Amino acid sequence: MVKIEEKTENNEKIREIAIPGELIGSASTFKPGHGTYVEDNKIFSKFVGVLQKTNEYVSVIPLSGVYVPKVNDKVIGIIEEVEKFGWIIDVNSAWKGFLSLSEGVDEYVDLKRVTMTRYFDVGDIIYSQVLGNKGGDIQLTMRTPIAKKLRGGVLVKITATKVPRLIGKEGSMVNLIKEKTGTIIRVGQNGLVWISGENVDKAIKAIKMIEEKSHIYGLTDEVSKLLS
Amino acid sequence: MTKTDEKLIVNGKRMDGRKPDELRKIEMEIGVIPNANGSARVSFGKTTAIAAVYGPRPLFPRHLQESDSGIIQFKYDMATFSVDERKRPGPSRREIEISKVARLAIEPTLFLKNYPKTTVDVFVEILQADGSTRVTGINAASLALADAGVPMRDLVVALSGGKVDDTLVLDLSGKEDNYGTADIPMAFLPNKNEITLLQMDGRLTPEETKTIVRNILHAGKEVYKKQVDTLKKKYSD
Repeated sequence: MVKIEEKTENNEKIREIAIPGELIGSASTFKPGHGTYVEDNKIFSKFVGVLQKTNEYVSVIPLSGVYVPKVNDKVIGIIEEVEKFGWIIDVNSAWKGFLSLSEGVDEYVDLKRVTMTRYFDVGDIIYSQVLGNKGGDIQLTMRTPIAKKLRGGVLVKITATKVPRLIGKEGSMVNLIKEKTGTIIRVGQNGLVWISGENVDKAIKAIKMIEEKSHIYGLTDEVSKLLS
Repeated sequence: MTKTDEKLIVNGKRMDGRKPDELRKIEMEIGVIPNANGSARVSFGKTTAIAAVYGPRPLFPRHLQESDSGIIQFKYDMATFSVDERKRPGPSRREIEISKVARLAIEPTLFLKNYPKTTVDVFVEILQADGSTRVTGINAASLALADAGVPMRDLVVALSGGKVDDTLVLDLSGKEDNYGTADIPMAFLPNKNEITLLQMDGRLTPEETKTIVRNILHAGKEVYKKQVDTLKKKYSD
């Protein structure tokens, strides 16, 4: 079972699609959640997306859109440029990512003796965390246990807003794909997915299917059917 | 307005057989350009517009950037083959002007506060022109923006009205536009009752203007319903 599904099932509601400007509730009975705005004490949708109502909140999960970074998001990036004291990284967003030298490397670096490319070079793929996004640029850090440089494998791009669906409840969906295909998968919150292992093609097929059918029920069953 | 010998309205029927308040056949489709973030094709009878939305994406040159919000760039363009006599390519005075008013028509509906230093690029191409091209373009842009997942206050519905042979009509065709007495293109936010575009070309009395605006707001519900159906249809199968 996936997070989005469970919440709606509590209220026995079907997966309803909301349209921008559609009235989806009153602000006196619900709290406005993600993807909504309030005007004249009424809650409206901001996106074309899946309507989600709990007892407290009403929110809309968009079905398309670019990645907007949030602090502590885990993202996958591709090194685009090597600067004097850091790296410029493409994170599949409207803004560029920046990884400073001190956030990228855990040891003391004497730039007189070693070059920056020793750590990360153009084209390298990294799994890192968002520190903040002041002034438009996205600051990244590698100084967390989960961060690492990804070697080999393939990158797949999906819509960033559908990443929670791919991960599933506590990772159930992505773990299912990992188990059935015997691959290693890293999912970036920004919509980039890194896959390595033998059955890469099968895993990509499953991921593409999740992206296409993210708004329907019983997706977990369909994915296991596809992979078995 | 140029005079023509042809009668534009005979026995209460227009040249294409419509009643005065009847719209042409409306077709809408989204996701027609795979490389764009969002796209749409809209036709009102023969008039066809295709819209592509890219972004929010980084904006260059930098002096155009706003440090606290995103901006929107709108380009309206007519294809060389869209009109009877080949149109010279490149933006003309008319197209630059329409790009601006169309941008102002959709600007109030977008939330771009969370997208500093970025731009949302909207490209509208008119593939076939048979009157009311700017409203067709605005409808296409509205669908493409919703398809692209840009946060919006409301969809934008646009429709034209006017006066032809002393009769108030809706959704003017090319000939009615050229030889009619007046035409009013209008865009509005259907759930907010806010008008974002209102232009007029020709002569009308204040009462006639008010009636046309009221007629457009009423008939716009049909266009709005079509937009909603198109957006929901993509996810309903």
